[in-house]
Amino acid sequence: MDIQEYFSLVFTDYTLRTITLGTAILGAVTGMLGSFAVLRKQSLLGDAISHAALPGIAISFLITGAKDSNTLLLGALVSGLIGTFWIRGIITKTHLKSDTALGLILSLFFGFGMLLLTFIQKQPNANQAGLDKYLFGQAATLVESDVWMMAIVTGICLFVLLLFWKEFKILLFDKEYAKTLGFNTKAIDILITSFIVLAIVLGLQTVGVVLMSAMLLAPAAAARQWTNSLATMVFLAAIFGAFSGVFGTAISASQNNLSTGPVIVLVAAVFVLFSFIFSPSRGLLFKQIRFIKNRRDLELHKTLAFMYHIAESHDNISHPHEIKILNGFQGYTKGTLKKLVEKNYVTLKGSTWSLTHEGFKSALNLYNQLTKNDE
Amino acid sequence: MKQKIAVQVDDLTVAYNYKPVLWDIDLEIPEGVLMAIVGPNGAGKSTLIKSILGILKPIAGSVTIYGKPYKKQRSLVAYVPQKGSVDWDFPTTALDVVMMGTYGSLGWIKRPRQKEKKASLEALEKVGMLAFKSRQISQLSGGQQQRIFLARALVQDASIYFMDEPFQGVDATTEIAIINILKELRKAGKTVVVVHHDLQTVPEYFDWVTFLNVKKIATGPVKDIFNDNNLTKTYGINYKVSVQE
Repeated sequence: MDIQEYFSLVFTDYTLRTITLGTAILGAVTGMLGSFAVLRKQSLLGDAISHAALPGIAISFLITGAKDSNTLLLGALVSGLIGTFWIRGIITKTHLKSDTALGLILSLFFGFGMLLLTFIQKQPNANQAGLDKYLFGQAATLVESDVWMMAIVTGICLFVLLLFWKEFKILLFDKEYAKTLGFNTKAIDILITSFIVLAIVLGLQTVGVVLMSAMLLAPAAAARQWTNSLATMVFLAAIFGAFSGVFGTAISASQNNLSTGPVIVLVAAVFVLFSFIFSPSRGLLFKQIRFIKNRRDLELHKTLAFMYHIAESHDNISHPHEIKILNGFQGYTKGTLKKLVEKNYVTLKGSTWSLTHEGFKSALNLYNQLTKNDE
Repeated sequence: MKQKIAVQVDDLTVAYNYKPVLWDIDLEIPEGVLMAIVGPNGAGKSTLIKSILGILKPIAGSVTIYGKPYKKQRSLVAYVPQKGSVDWDFPTTALDVVMMGTYGSLGWIKRPRQKEKKASLEALEKVGMLAFKSRQISQLSGGQQQRIFLARALVQDASIYFMDEPFQGVDATTEIAIINILKELRKAGKTVVVVHHDLQTVPEYFDWVTFLNVKKIATGPVKDIFNDNNLTKTYGINYKVSVQE
């Protein structure tokens, strides 16, 4: 199946439609919430939460023996929340920095989860197969009820976001100030963190424990490059996330043996890369172009000013001078001289140059502008 | 005439770990003064303000604003945190930051409307930043960012203003602009408390001063207590400040 075929089938084929919808919704909700994680400088929180969810899946299976995703993800939610609040506890109660706390909880919970998974796999029970899909995710196992679940959570999340928009914003920007205004910052904090945990847990089945944090961070990091408004950033992150989901699914469905989760993450990474390079205000490309252009302009102005100084001492401003005398001037290049000729500021004759009236005037203006700026 | 007491601090003790940062502070801030809190680094100046504002929880002691606990008097108090306490790369505009000053009176869920926007624009104008209202905050200079923070506090329309080093890293023009606003606030009967570092300017800017170094060394009118004796007690070295008379 090629990509074209995929897009013609996506509206009719049940499996494709389910997976595409699921990954799109997942990408949207994680992108949205990821913006908050990124702006709070808690980028690694997502990674810690997703890893912390693993033992919950295993324990949930051991207790109930069930394999349906909702039961297992409930376990993931519980252990994800426990991990998160332990991280908070470690940060507030000890002197450890947040990266240490995150790393500690991440590896501790993940190690415990792996231990349980191995234990389960050794059990003489045919039912255990498939738990390891939560490690790397398996979008193909999504069914309609999973998608409904995602849609409902996303809807609630959107509602809460709109309702407490002002509170979230002030918490993100200036927590202590928010506190002096009388907002219960702890409650807002818990609310937003809980939603982040919820979104991550929802994605475990599709993208898996290991790669889940990329879903949270990549769309948000890409979105930040394009805007200076929080609302636009959250909206763009949701769009990027959703498109990563759709394109990722399309690519993996059109090729054999391409696992959906990793492809989605790679598509999201392409969004990030593209944004880092091509964003007009923050992108590397335009920054470099602006830098070079600025430098050129300065070189040009400096050379012109130098010429002006020389011409000034003569009665006739267009009196010809040897090009050689420019060589001693830092910032003069053949290129700048050519540019000046093109602009009709300077005329060349043999090995001499002379300033035109236009060039003299523009150099004078430059001078007045500079002295004005100094005031 | 006895002045009303705006802020009363009793037996305040604050500690982060074992070592107390503030020890047994008793402090009365009379209404209508422009007060500097001075002291060496680590003296607990910011901690004192944060404890009064309920950001930090003291180990012991109490704080009242016009005789009532802070929680009941929030609307009377505005706060200007240290400029470095937030991430200025946050995706928002100058006007948006100033509007945050209206969030407190709005309460939960309610969004700022025209009235709040108008008040915020007026505050921006007061600090001379109206032209920058749509500017992304990372593109403002340090002094401009400080003015934005001041505008955010002004929009709260409070009776008491607490400011944490508002002159840090700002140029002379901004410093003068800020001190003029503070003097205007005092003229309007407001109480202003400023954590301040530049001892030379204390007599010029302020009429009240508190010397702090974990303990309270002295508090009172600048003309009575701003002297070498108290400075030496606070800073631990022989401190001589030339007071222009």
